Amino acid sequence: MPATLSIACKRGLDTEAWLQRLVLAAGVLFLVLTLLAPLLTMLVKSVQNRDGVFIGLSNFIDYFGNPALTDSILNSLTVAFWTTTIVISIAFVFAYALTRSGMAGKKGFRLLSMLPLFAPSLLPALSMIYLFGNQGILKDWLPFESIYGSAGIVMGLSFWAFPHALMILITAFSNSDARLYEAAKSMKTPPWRVFLTVTLPSVRYGLINTIFVIFTLTITDFGVAKVIGGQYNVLATDIYKQVVGQQNFQMGAVVSVVLLLPALVSFIVERRVQRHQSAQLSARAVPLQPQKAPLRDALLTGFCTLVCGFLLLVIGMAIYASFITFWPYNMALSLNNYRFDMMDGGGWASYFNSLQMSAWTALIGTAVVFLIAYMNEKIKPMPMVRRVLQLLAMLPMAVPGIVLGLAYIFFFNHPQNPLNLMYGTMAILVLNTLVHFYTVCHLTAVTSLKQIDGEFEAVSASLKVPFYTTLRRVTLPLALPAVLDISVYLFVNAMTTVSAVVFLYSADTTLASVAVMHMDEAGDIAPAAAMAVLLMVTSMVAKLLHWLVSHKILLHTQRWRKL
Amino acid sequence: MMFNLKKTLLAAAVALTANTAMAATELTVYTALEADQLKSYAKAFESANPDIKIRWVRDSTGIITARLLAEKENPQADAILGVAATSLLVLKGQDMLQPYKPTGVEKLSTQFVDKDETPSWVGMDAWVASICYNRIEAEKHELPMPTSWKDLTKPVYQGHLVMPNPNSSGTGFLDVSSWLQTFGEAEGWQFMDNLHQNIDRYTHSGSKPCKMAAAGETPIGISFAYRAAKLINKGAPIDLAFPSEGLGWDMEAAAIVKGTNKAEAAQKLMDWAVTRDANSLYNENFAVVAMPGVAKPVKNYPVDIAERMIDNDFEWAAENRERILKEWQQRYDGKSEPKN
Repeated sequence: MPATLSIACKRGLDTEAWLQRLVLAAGVLFLVLTLLAPLLTMLVKSVQNRDGVFIGLSNFIDYFGNPALTDSILNSLTVAFWTTTIVISIAFVFAYALTRSGMAGKKGFRLLSMLPLFAPSLLPALSMIYLFGNQGILKDWLPFESIYGSAGIVMGLSFWAFPHALMILITAFSNSDARLYEAAKSMKTPPWRVFLTVTLPSVRYGLINTIFVIFTLTITDFGVAKVIGGQYNVLATDIYKQVVGQQNFQMGAVVSVVLLLPALVSFIVERRVQRHQSAQLSARAVPLQPQKAPLRDALLTGFCTLVCGFLLLVIGMAIYASFITFWPYNMALSLNNYRFDMMDGGGWASYFNSLQMSAWTALIGTAVVFLIAYMNEKIKPMPMVRRVLQLLAMLPMAVPGIVLGLAYIFFFNHPQNPLNLMYGTMAILVLNTLVHFYTVCHLTAVTSLKQIDGEFEAVSASLKVPFYTTLRRVTLPLALPAVLDISVYLFVNAMTTVSAVVFLYSADTTLASVAVMHMDEAGDIAPAAAMAVLLMVTSMVAKLLHWLVSHKILLHTQRWRKL
Repeated sequence: MMFNLKKTLLAAAVALTANTAMAATELTVYTALEADQLKSYAKAFESANPDIKIRWVRDSTGIITARLLAEKENPQADAILGVAATSLLVLKGQDMLQPYKPTGVEKLSTQFVDKDETPSWVGMDAWVASICYNRIEAEKHELPMPTSWKDLTKPVYQGHLVMPNPNSSGTGFLDVSSWLQTFGEAEGWQFMDNLHQNIDRYTHSGSKPCKMAAAGETPIGISFAYRAAKLINKGAPIDLAFPSEGLGWDMEAAAIVKGTNKAEAAQKLMDWAVTRDANSLYNENFAVVAMPGVAKPVKNYPVDIAERMIDNDFEWAAENRERILKEWQQRYDGKSEPKN
């Protein structure tokens, strides 16, 4: 009897180890097939001609010989430079106010500052037209000749990128050591010097990190430039023009490679910076308690009010304009602009497609991300494979959406690829969106798994409890907040993304975010704003549900955190 | 319980098969028709042919054309409806169209039908270039109403004109092609060089310049008459200007894509496209349609538009389309914003 038991146990363990390896291998295979292989196919396309014959760098020579195309490189850099400068300056002060000042109403400011996360990037661009366009209500305030072009792109992108910068900077400012400030105080160091010698150095890694994240976000943006760029071409819109306008896929691949370079460089630098940051804060650090300083706090309150006022103005303008019957000549309110079936882009069906696509992405995506992160974090065998997996999971961050979308056409529409059955279906949209937003989800899952003591797995293993039982009964409930965060993050981004899916939808799977773009292309700006508003509201509702659910569940499962 | 389940499954299976039995042939039709026309056209066709369902793939003329050409080896479309005749002539030149003589095609004006014995395409209606002029905005900027194309090159209009990009928009192409035909090649390009100095922006679609003029985003948009008439009906403060040199135009046309495995359904679409009913439907939007005697005046649409249309050489336009577009792109596209 004991003999049979031990054999059974052994066999169970063997199956288990086998299963673990299988899941790890499947994870690597998944990312290779959905990320690496498409990107490599695209690289190959960039050195081929229309008939698929290898022609060396001839496409690149054509590209760099055409000033109409290469101008866009400088344009992209210019726009990214200005947006990064503006966003970082504002977010820096804002994050300082939220973490280091005695200002009142911090919660409210923080909540308002996150609003742009729920809007598709096309929304601020459409708002800019109503605010500063030739019929804009604030046109006279505009210090530039016209909002169409670099000025509009920078303003729209600043709105959209602001919360991303703010989130990283808040974290950076939160890692403070009060002892340094006390020391400075006892030495009677003037405040400006404390700022330069204590505050600034303590956030420098966070700051550098933010610069690269925002730079990558803005140089790769497609939506804002598409709507408000006018004749000002940037790399991402060039890819779209080459592929959709002229069906010149090879040139699209060349521009993609050009756009991939700065994103990759910034990705590598950012990774290096991050490695330094972890060692920065010592265990003995004492968190800083923000002090009240009436004048400074009043100034900061004024500043934050101004910033949040601008965010609300942009959002409010889009909402208001979406209800105007015929801007600017018939300002009566009506729901006419919500009759999407009379417009380009697929009508109401595309809204429901978007809902469906986002739900699938959230559902499948969360499961895939969490499982892979779990295997990567909690399972010991195959260290090399896990390292490869870790690297692959970080890569999507550096790949611009529009480049990933184009790479998917090349890879999944290849006649010899058995996966080409997916082309033109909902499945490819879900897959593409998941991979596009993979990195942040992976990091969220890993961070939360790291917080859970590895002893759980060790104890379970010694008690001969299979890992999947531990996963189901211990790890998953403990990591539930992160799981919920991932799912809502995927849902919101799937609702609002344009760049990656713009090449991949078919007549049966039109998406609302792409419809916004098509309506704008056809000149139906108000309905485009209406659809963008609808997407934003849907994302907010999802977030609200997420908050309610997690609030409720947390009460049950997360009491241990408070102990 | 088990029995119930079986029963349910059986019912579901029956329902499924019944559905497939009744399911209509799905015809994939590439089109550049305006989004607000698609519904009524599909409804009219499907009520006449209940066993066929249209699956529209819609984009601007230039893009639909580029897409059809790119898919040459492996065509995705079964038929084409409402795409510029110039584009269809290009496709015909590439041997991508399946000739078919629709029942009743002889009732159409001959200029609206491909000249071959068995035509490769049939025309539906003509859409005509015109200028949308916003009187409120024009007054603000003191812009006189242009009466000729050449007027538009005057310095007074600098930065106040918007026109469609011919690479993506069929309306943009018919403008460029008509200028080259009316003025001759050399003078035509010279005219566009001058015009370019005044253009604020080239748009993706042919509707957008007029919609922008209607919304006051630009005082003057080079567009087409159908869109202008619709916007005037909606209450936009715009007037139509018809340049004295003559108006460029193109036909919206229909054809069957070679290699389709739904030839029968595609032929029915062609048969429908030449009927009187279909032509009356076109007439709701266009003043000049393929079947003589059908057209009634369209509200806010000029009555004498047919006389203002230039003598368009479609063969020439189709043969030279690629060359013209490339030249245009090299001259005017991709430049950064015009400096004001």
